[in-house]
Order: sequence, then C-alpha cells, then structure tokens
Amino acid sequence: MSGLMAIFWKELADHFNSKRFIILSTLIYLAGIATIYVAAQNIRTGITENTEFIFLRLFIVSGESLPFSFPFFLSLFIPIVGIALGFDAVNSERISGNLSRILSQPLYRDSVVNGKFLAGLLTITTLVVSIVFLVAGMGLRMIGVPPTAEEILRLFAFIFVSIIYGAFWMSLAVLFSVFFKRMATSALASIALWIFLFLFISMIAGAIANAIIPVDQNSSLEMIAKNDEIYRTISRISPNTLYAEIIQVLLMPELGNPSSTLMLLSIYTKGMIPTPLSLGQSLLIIWPQLTTLIALTALCFAGSYIKFMREEIRST
Amino acid sequence: MNKQDIIKATDLVKTYGKLTAVDKLNLCINEGEVFGFLGPNGAGKTTTILMMLGLTEPTSGTARICGFDPAREPLKVKRLTGYLPEKVGFYEDLTAWENLDYTAALNGIPRDAASRKINELLGMVGLSEVGEQKVGTFSHGMKQRLGIADVMIKDPKVAFFDEPTSGIDPEGIEQVLNLIANMAKQNVTIVLSSHQLHQVQKICSRVGILSKGHLVAEGSIDQLGREAIAGGKFRIELQVSEPTRKLINSIKKIKGVSNVESSGDQLLISCDEDLRPKIARAVVDSDSLLVQMKIEEYGLDDIYMKYFRES
Repeated sequence: MSGLMAIFWKELADHFNSKRFIILSTLIYLAGIATIYVAAQNIRTGITENTEFIFLRLFIVSGESLPFSFPFFLSLFIPIVGIALGFDAVNSERISGNLSRILSQPLYRDSVVNGKFLAGLLTITTLVVSIVFLVAGMGLRMIGVPPTAEEILRLFAFIFVSIIYGAFWMSLAVLFSVFFKRMATSALASIALWIFLFLFISMIAGAIANAIIPVDQNSSLEMIAKNDEIYRTISRISPNTLYAEIIQVLLMPELGNPSSTLMLLSIYTKGMIPTPLSLGQSLLIIWPQLTTLIALTALCFAGSYIKFMREEIRST
Repeated sequence: MNKQDIIKATDLVKTYGKLTAVDKLNLCINEGEVFGFLGPNGAGKTTTILMMLGLTEPTSGTARICGFDPAREPLKVKRLTGYLPEKVGFYEDLTAWENLDYTAALNGIPRDAASRKINELLGMVGLSEVGEQKVGTFSHGMKQRLGIADVMIKDPKVAFFDEPTSGIDPEGIEQVLNLIANMAKQNVTIVLSSHQLHQVQKICSRVGILSKGHLVAEGSIDQLGREAIAGGKFRIELQVSEPTRKLINSIKKIKGVSNVESSGDQLLISCDEDLRPKIARAVVDSDSLLVQMKIEEYGLDDIYMKYFRES
C-alpha cells in the first residue's frame, strides 16, 4: 500500500509540474473563457418566456465569432489531456531504465499502473472541475441568472461524465504505453485512434447506413428512422459519440431523448416539441452510454494489466 | 532453509521461442559470499539474475532467495534483495536526494529514518556535495554510485549488480568496486555479473562461468586458473645453474610431482600441490645452484581461452 501511495504522489507531482500539463491547461482555460464570453453575448437569442434551464444555456450557446460550444471544446480537449497524461506512463519508465529499478522494490506490479492511473485521474478531475467552475462563475457574473438546483445537479453529472471520458482516453493511452516500447509510437497510435473515432466514424457510419437502407427525399419516415438507427448504432462505437449524447441529454434536456425516434420525427414534422426531460429521466437515458464508457475504460485497464503483469522487465 | 545457501537455483531454464538463454542452471551461493557471474555477452547472466529477482518467470526449474521463491513470493524476495540493473536509470529531473527518497518511500521506510539514511549513504558513495543537484547533470560513474546507494537504502541481505563497471572510467571502476567490497564486509551477499575478469577477481571470492546458458565452471579464481592452464595442477618454474639428470630424478621422486620437463637451465615441474620447499631442498642437496624458482601464475586470459572459447 505504501508503494502505491508513493507512486501516486510522485506521479501527481510530475503531472502538475510537467510542461505539457501547463500548456494544455492554459489552452483549455482560454477556450473555456472564450466560449463563455461568446455564450454570454449570444444567450438572449432564442430565449422565450417558457425557456427553462437558462443557466445551462451558457454552456451550449455559441456565436458566429466562435461557432463552438463549451462541451464541444471539452470533447475535443479531454481526449488530448487523457492521452498526454497516459501515453508515456510505462514505456518512458522502461526507456529511462527506471522500471527495473522500481520493480525490484517490494511493491506489486499493479501498484505501478494503479498509482499512475489514480494520479492521472486526479489530474483530470482537477482540470475539469476547475474549468467548469470557472466557466460557471464567469457566466453567473455575466448574465446574473443563478442556476436552479436541477441545473447544479446536471452540471455535476456533466463534470462526472467528463472525468470518466478523460479516464477512458487516459487508460487507452496507458494501454498503448504498455504495448509499444517507444513513446512516439504510443502517442501516435493514441492520436490516430482519437482522430478516427472523432472524425471518421460518423462518415463510415453514414456510408454503411445508406448502403443498407438507402434514403432520399421520397423515403418513408419509417425508412429514415431505420437508416438513422443503423447510423447511430455504428457511431456509438466511438466513445466520442457516447459522450456527445450524454452531454446533449444532460445540458439540453428540452431536446428529448437522442435515441428515440420521437426526436427525429419532431424534426421532420416540425411543431411537435417534446417536453423537457426530468433529471431522473435524463440519468436513465444516459445510463447505457455511461456504463459503456466505464466498461471501455475498465477494458483498456484490464488489457494493460494482463500485458504488464507477466512481462519480463529488462533494463535495456 | 539451509543458512549456507542464501541463493539456490535448481535446474533453472529460460527459453525465448527456440532460443534457450539459460539451460538447466544449478547454483548455490553461500551467505556473505561475493560471487562473480562471468561470461561473454549473451551468455544468460542477466536472464539468470532477472529470474532470481522475480522480474521474469523461469520456463522451468526453481530459484530460491533466502528460502523464498521469487516467482511466487516476489515481495518477500524484493524486500531482501537489492538490484542494480545494467543500464540503471534515475529520474533525471529529480535530485539525487529526491530519487533516493522515492526509493525509500517505495520501501515504506519512515520519513525521518529515510532522511538520515539518505544523507549517510550519499556521504558513503561520495555524492554529498551534489545531493541537491538534478541527476540529469550526473556522469555515468556518479549515477552508478548513486545506484549503489539506491541498493543500500533498504539494507538488503543480497545485492545483485549487473555489469556495475561497464562504461565508466578506471577511477570510477575503482570507486564502484571498493563500494561493493565494503558492502560485502557488512555481511551482504553479493552477486556480480561481468565479462571483465580482471575487475571481478579483485573482489570476488568465488566465480561461476556461464556460457550459452550453461554453468561451465565454478570455484575460486585460483582454482579455475590452475584448471585452465595445467588441468588442475600447480606448475613450478625452476631455474638452476646445472640441470643435471640426477637433480631431475631426485625431483621426480618427491611425492606429488607428476612431471618434469627441462629446457636449457629451466625446469618446468607439474605437481599436485605447492611443493616449492621440497624442491628447494632437492636442489640444495644436489650440486646445482638455485637461480630462481617461482610458481606459475595462472593467467586470466587462459581462463578466458579455456572457458569462453571452448563453448
């Protein structure tokens, strides 16, 4: 146990002192401040007397000068932070010749992976919590509308999910750092996978869905719904899609359930606006997505365990 | 557990695919010994050490350190053993002090005890002055000495040093070897791997020669040397003024002498033990005068030739 804590504190200190953390956090804070500034300026558009969740709109509104919302920035940066914290976790220790020295001390091998993972997790948590609080605080000053209790709960759920999302990318990068002996390889592999899951998966999902059920303007609603279902199922391979769906349910409850055909129908039939989801319903809807994210994280973690536990540790 | 055999390997085998790195290795190392593991590169020295430390699993066979199996009870073994890997690395952006402090923390040594111990060890390895400097600025020799302090911090019963002298300058080698010899005086059992016979012989009480995964010879360096040059016999070189037949015959009659060769005024005597006093008497009793007599030193090169080439 002492070994685990020693590694945890050492890694934590390393993370917070590392240049890459300072650069990334600066970037994220700047992005957060920029989006909240744009959001506060544009928040009046589209608000009617019936609009609920005014405070949450701070997080989702974007403007012409910066057409990206805060959650979009997070979904972009959190994977980068996760990868940056994990891609050299094990192979840098190996290359520097520290690994065989550390592993000849009386500690279980899993303590090394666990300690590093926990330190990374706490770093991500610190970053996400601080940026959300910063943005929320600035937003509060700018628009002067206090959040309701439900909005606060939704924000906490949003923070929690964002941390899990970061944990997934970090555990993936740690997995690569165990499998690839060179740091550059594991960094590139992580980033390649991130680009694939971020950019290409929706293209591929769309192509496959259209190949199975071709749709055009004359297609029946039923066909369109089926096409859309295939598209969504495939794109859910990507944790990025899962995260985006969770964010939508948590921060834009008035849009309804993203996986129900009702929402799709409402877009086509216009005028049929679903009532906002309650917090309980929202959590129920995101439950599968959330457990999938946690399961993916656990899977990567287990993979690095299996590989690392039985591996031969040479200093060369 | 026999107190004598602090390290015991039984039929230790390690294969990588088709390659057999260590083949049925049997070895006993006694408590308090300085054991030298010799062999050319790729002979399986490091692999054997890794198996003894539990850093890799043997394909078959068992190793025991202080009676514990490193494959099954790695923590108990690691609590008792220190290991200095061949290419030792430290966290370059931490100071020497911080690096040792981290090792102490990993060993669960209480903070104040660790702090005292670190200062003491840094003094011992001659790095007190640079204790607060980042390890990134250290020379290879300094890192190696820091490595010795790193091994000592947990007060090991057994210490493994893998090529501790490779790549450092002669003065550094001297310092490292002295530090290891001092450790041995504190009753730490030491296993030292090297392909540098000349250095090993200075501090090792016993050596094992490993070649292609086999332990081809084991014993003290004198013993191995004699076996290498004369099949285990002593060779005495004798120079006399007149090597008469009578003298040769009287020497041959001495108990233990197996062969006498003469060339000019030189006589080369092979015998089972050091018979110099008796030979001297035989010369004095004869009419010849003794010019010089010496027992032939085994050459380390001969050991090399015999065991490294043979395989």
